[in-house]
Amino acid sequence: MTDAPVIEVTGVSKSYGGVVANENVSLTVPAGGITGLIGPNGSGKTTLFNSIVGYHPIDTGSIKFKGEEISTYRVPQIARLGLLRTFQQTRIYSNMNCIDNMLISIPHRRTGFRDMFKDRADKPTLEEVDRLLDFVGLYEKRRLISGDLSFGQQKLLEFAMALMNKPEVLLLDEPTAGINPTLINGLIDRLRRANEELGITLFVIEHNMRVIMNMAQTIYCLAHGQLLAHGTPDEVQNDQRVIDAYLGAH
Amino acid sequence: MEKFNPKLHLPILVFGLAAPFVVPGLTIQVAVLWVMVLFALTWDVMGGQMGYNSLGNIFFFGAGMYICAIVQIAFITDVGAYTASNGGVRITFTHQEYFMGLICGIIAAAIGSALIAAALGWTVFGLRGPYFAIGTLGIALAAGELMGTWEWVGGGGGISMPVYPGSADGKAYLFYFLCFAAAVGTYLFCSWLYSTRFGLAINAIRDDEQKAEAMGVHTLRYKTIAWAVSAFFLGISGALFGNITGFIEPLEVAFPTVTFGIFMVAMSLLGGKGTLWGPVLGAFLFHFLKEFTWTYFLGWQWVALGVLIIVNVVFFQQGIMGWLMEKFPEKFGIVVEKKEAAE
Amino acid sequence: MWDNIAILTAAPVFNIQLLLDGLFIGATFALAAYGLALVWGVMNVKNLAQGDFVMMGGYIAWWLGTQGIHPLWGLPASIVIMFAFGWAVYVLMIRRVIDKDMFTSLLATFGLAIVLAQALNLMFGPEVQTAESDFPIRSYFDNAVTIADIKLVAFGLCGLLALAVVLFMKNSRMGQAIRATAQDARAARVMGIDTDRVYAFTYALNAAICGAAGALISMIWVIQPFYGISHSIRSFVIVTAAGFGNLPGVIMAGLGLGVMEQYGGFVLGAEYQQATVVALLLGVLVWRQIEMRRHRQVVQ
Repeated sequence: MTDAPVIEVTGVSKSYGGVVANENVSLTVPAGGITGLIGPNGSGKTTLFNSIVGYHPIDTGSIKFKGEEISTYRVPQIARLGLLRTFQQTRIYSNMNCIDNMLISIPHRRTGFRDMFKDRADKPTLEEVDRLLDFVGLYEKRRLISGDLSFGQQKLLEFAMALMNKPEVLLLDEPTAGINPTLINGLIDRLRRANEELGITLFVIEHNMRVIMNMAQTIYCLAHGQLLAHGTPDEVQNDQRVIDAYLGAH
Repeated sequence: MEKFNPKLHLPILVFGLAAPFVVPGLTIQVAVLWVMVLFALTWDVMGGQMGYNSLGNIFFFGAGMYICAIVQIAFITDVGAYTASNGGVRITFTHQEYFMGLICGIIAAAIGSALIAAALGWTVFGLRGPYFAIGTLGIALAAGELMGTWEWVGGGGGISMPVYPGSADGKAYLFYFLCFAAAVGTYLFCSWLYSTRFGLAINAIRDDEQKAEAMGVHTLRYKTIAWAVSAFFLGISGALFGNITGFIEPLEVAFPTVTFGIFMVAMSLLGGKGTLWGPVLGAFLFHFLKEFTWTYFLGWQWVALGVLIIVNVVFFQQGIMGWLMEKFPEKFGIVVEKKEAAE
Repeated sequence: MWDNIAILTAAPVFNIQLLLDGLFIGATFALAAYGLALVWGVMNVKNLAQGDFVMMGGYIAWWLGTQGIHPLWGLPASIVIMFAFGWAVYVLMIRRVIDKDMFTSLLATFGLAIVLAQALNLMFGPEVQTAESDFPIRSYFDNAVTIADIKLVAFGLCGLLALAVVLFMKNSRMGQAIRATAQDARAARVMGIDTDRVYAFTYALNAAICGAAGALISMIWVIQPFYGISHSIRSFVIVTAAGFGNLPGVIMAGLGLGVMEQYGGFVLGAEYQQATVVALLLGVLVWRQIEMRRHRQVVQ
């Protein structure tokens, strides 16, 4: 595990009309670790995610991925660099079966013209698909149309698709929201394994404090679009400002 | 790619090869059936597989028709002078001139249409949903209007195509088999295309384009190629159809937006869009229904067509193949698999 | 083409003629487009049969004219008939496509457009028709500008109808229900609004508005069974340019379209008038696309 930052956000501001969603936010995500992002609803977490992966231009500031300025890149370009995100509302290709969902999620980093017309399912790729679907526990349902799966299963499928893409960094927008509590432990375990075994850096938005405090090494807390505090889970948990703004509100 | 299946493919092949000899009187009608199969298949590449519902794909049919006609005429004489005479000058083509012109014309029609599609891509692919459908409809309507004012290619008066240097039967057979080959070629190409990553990618675009972008898929590249593929085969069909009718004119023959243009959509929907066989099935059903019942409607056939589209869209949107998939999912491999069983 | 531009600069009075003709006809375009904006905004139905409703309204007025009834009476008649017709269409088909994806409503109404155009063709024949209103035609500016009184009357009626619809939407119970449903259909349902009825009424109202526009068009311009599609495209151009829920925008875009079409037809030649409409459609769509790229926002 190294501490070299893989994502560097410096002084990013973003407003919609008159609403300031992010104001002068700076943070770094160290390579190989798990970083958490918390904050009350409407504090600008998802906006920050969207800024990083290129959904909208930022007003000021800079976003660097491995030293490369990406704040002017568009979504697919950033995804091809190896910086991927999942959605708060799960998004999968709902009319295709799980295998096809996985097959199309292969990395598109170096795909040339001829790769577009390759056989859709060569053996090594299929083995990878089976392995990952097994990893998230969807192996038996792999031939079902993904839109017919339950919400939790779709979430797991989306996670598996993200792993299939072999990203360097994965931005997860509330991975445990809407998931049955008994499944949450399994999901945490898988996130951790993805981080340790596959070496994927994770940057996670999460409302479930138990989950994030257990998982992350560093946590950033946003409130009203501004960075409130950051540090280890213990530091953040005991920070009076965080408690006032967020934890204490419960 | 689909394996050769004797039960499925053989009857169609036999029918296709034998039809002009068994029912010689209907050669042209069956040739048009193959054009319809091609129409439905090419529409489905965009509409069914990629979720971009074009109402203006007929544009490439007309483009191919005109490109082919121009190449064929240019092979022997000046196009402007030929069209200005409005069929008055009957130039006799020798066999060699005619066939060379035809071959080059068809190739030019296919490639030319595909290139136009690629060039138009940037204008229309930012349009999503209804805007795309209306935008493409606009392109097809505008093309018909504008071709009608372009005197060099005959304007509204149209062009009389070069006359086939042989017997009428010979012409019918030639174009029948060309149409059949074009339809089979389109089918085989689509079947191969859907078996590649390309097929997966356009399906992904259909289901959630933003997600596909977020996963790094080169969406614009796939969309442009998909449209160019549609246009390529439509260009060929236009080239053939223009020669079959022998006379081309912008509104009714080359850019028949509310007839052929809407037939392609209706056929794909009827058979089941987004499947390989749905459009083929839809084309067969639609064409047979149309040929057998058309004359009994006493002028109300177009009203009946509109009603068919409405009923199809409103009450039976999944089409025949889609309905079968809903009814018998296990036949289409949509099953829960136990891990042991799969090993 | 340059000759025609030269005429316009040499004799500016021609501009007045084109401008006025454009405004008169544009007012009817705006009326029909307002109907489309209504069904699009409230029900998310892209009604491609819009122009054919207009033609139906026109034929009602024209047919009354042939029966010896003054076509101005066709205005209320087509409003009533088209309202009922729109309601029937809603019950028979539109009700079933509302929840489906966007292409469904587009294609279903395209099918309806084919049915209506062909039915009108079978009933009234493919000839171009005008309903004779027998109003005098007056000349202005030393006979350089001629305007039929009916055009002024139609313009005034257009304005009155638009005003009536706006007041209705603002003040009546039904109008309020329509606006509530447009904002959030589910919330409206929860609050006890019968959204199905609201939708039916909205669609019928749209048909009635189209019918009125058609009746006016039949008196000041021409109708023909297959002109419906052009009117549909005009409505789409206007709504796409103005956005729905933006009544002043729709009026401006409608009048502007009318004027541009007149100029396009005069400068380029009458055969380009249709092409002008379609070119404007493509232009508006491309412009919108650029706009959307600029304000790219994420759907959560």
